[in-house]
Amino acid sequence: MDYLYGLTLLEAHDALRRGEASAVELAKSCLERIDRVEPRVGAFVTVTGELALEQARRVDEHGLVVEGSPLAGIPVQIKDVMCTEGVRTTCSSRMLEGFVPPYSATAVERLYERGAVLVGKGNMDEFAMGSSTENSAFHPTRNPWDTERTPGGSSGGGAAAVAAGECIYALGSDTGGSIRQPAALCGIVALKPTYGLVSRYGLIAFASSLDQIGPMTKDVSDAALVLKAIAGHDFRDSTSLNVEIPDYARSLTGEVKGLRVGLPREYFGDGTEPGVKEAVSTAAALLEGLGVEVEETSLPHTGYALACYHIIAPSECSANLARYDGVKFGLSMGEGRDIWGAMEMTRGEGFGPEVKRRIMLGAYALSSGYYDAYYLKAQRVRTLIRRELDDAFRRFDALVTPTSPTVAFRLGERSHDPLSMYQSDICTIPANMAGIPAISVPCGFSEGLPVGMQIMGPALSEPTLIRLGYAYEQVAGWHRRRAEV
Amino acid sequence: MALSTEEVRHIAALCRIGLTSEEVERLGGQLSDILAHVSALQEVDTEGVPPTSHSVELRSVMREDETGAGLDAEEALANAPRRIQDYFKVNVTLEG
Repeated sequence: MDYLYGLTLLEAHDALRRGEASAVELAKSCLERIDRVEPRVGAFVTVTGELALEQARRVDEHGLVVEGSPLAGIPVQIKDVMCTEGVRTTCSSRMLEGFVPPYSATAVERLYERGAVLVGKGNMDEFAMGSSTENSAFHPTRNPWDTERTPGGSSGGGAAAVAAGECIYALGSDTGGSIRQPAALCGIVALKPTYGLVSRYGLIAFASSLDQIGPMTKDVSDAALVLKAIAGHDFRDSTSLNVEIPDYARSLTGEVKGLRVGLPREYFGDGTEPGVKEAVSTAAALLEGLGVEVEETSLPHTGYALACYHIIAPSECSANLARYDGVKFGLSMGEGRDIWGAMEMTRGEGFGPEVKRRIMLGAYALSSGYYDAYYLKAQRVRTLIRRELDDAFRRFDALVTPTSPTVAFRLGERSHDPLSMYQSDICTIPANMAGIPAISVPCGFSEGLPVGMQIMGPALSEPTLIRLGYAYEQVAGWHRRRAEV
Repeated sequence: MALSTEEVRHIAALCRIGLTSEEVERLGGQLSDILAHVSALQEVDTEGVPPTSHSVELRSVMREDETGAGLDAEEALANAPRRIQDYFKVNVTLEG
């Protein structure tokens, strides 16, 4: 049954429930697809074929596929930044090449409890720092729509694997756009939840005030189902929100009449490709046709979000990545040297260029004499960005923007110029700064490559984002296009 | 705002990152470019604006001090690059 890997989560669930396929057959279909396309795509760091078949057999034998358990028996790829007990977790870094976590991240545990089938760990930019997956220490991932181009990043492995049918859905992490930007570039859906909605326990930390785990799926319905499974309070994460989790599937109605949507003009400026602007504007017009009140607006501080991010994220990363000292786990070099010499050698060899840049930039921004001018200043600007968004959400239920200012770019095109790579996240960073949710939905093509529309809303407005995204995709239908690899 | 070679070496030492001479050279230019870019923030008026460290309000989270399952020594040491018995082995920190 070759076609199984091409199904959405909901379609696959229905096929399993109707007995048209078993979980083992579904897992095999994805694993065979991996065998076939992985040499051209490179979306995985580790493929866990045996584990997948074992988990799938358990689902079949225990009859775990029942109504209300949509994830049971469904193959998932997990970004290699989330700890998976007994399965090596590398962050696509030499530093953690041989690291086998003794426990699983809460989000992973929640999928396992619901009968998920792990087909492997997703390739990424090292320690989630990057926007093209070229910063993986192992190999770049290629975009299934055009293998000369990047899938975006840092969760490029997840986006490419979903788009290429190597898994039914994926979990990624988003610090400045790391699930939304690759989703846009690969023509799939990604939903970054409100900060604190999904536990960060077991998510290897990059920038703790920004990191969030979110689903990467073939359509909005699937994102709603996965979010429902992974969201919820966790005492092991002190920033975890203790709120009731709504049934997101109830927002899949198609009914959006009377919702108010703003189009902030700063996102449609000169840096945004004409083809992207056109696709997103057409999508907004389609929403208007469905009864949504669409109005242009302005968020003047948007342009500062990128600079703000490139102080705050490196500062937090310089503290978080201090733990890689070669003592308790990870790469360890320089035996026979003194402890500091060994540490410098370990970190010099273990980290790639982008990670070194960010640790050093952060250390500089936090250092005595520069703290006020850089870190504190950035935190104050962060407040202005938040306030501006808060104000906008008094007038609008949601804001619609491009997810990425460009379509997928070529491998090597931006990798030698950090600043041009940083521009890739210009539309996605504000949501992380404000801790608000945002979804990216496929909204057409430009130059034959997918374009994503981003919908942002106030904290805990996931039901509204899902409602808008679903209503749009039902009419527009772009999510049904599949890449040919 | 160009960083000197000495400054780059100093920051690298603070971060405990060993760099080759080429890396010092390359990083110096790149970090200077990034610092020039982020300096755009200086033009924003932030007079009287409080800093945001987290987007959600953080409160100290307390729980009952109860014993629970943790990692045993073998599990905790399973990823240790070097060990002696049930200890992590560390390089020399003080010369005698």
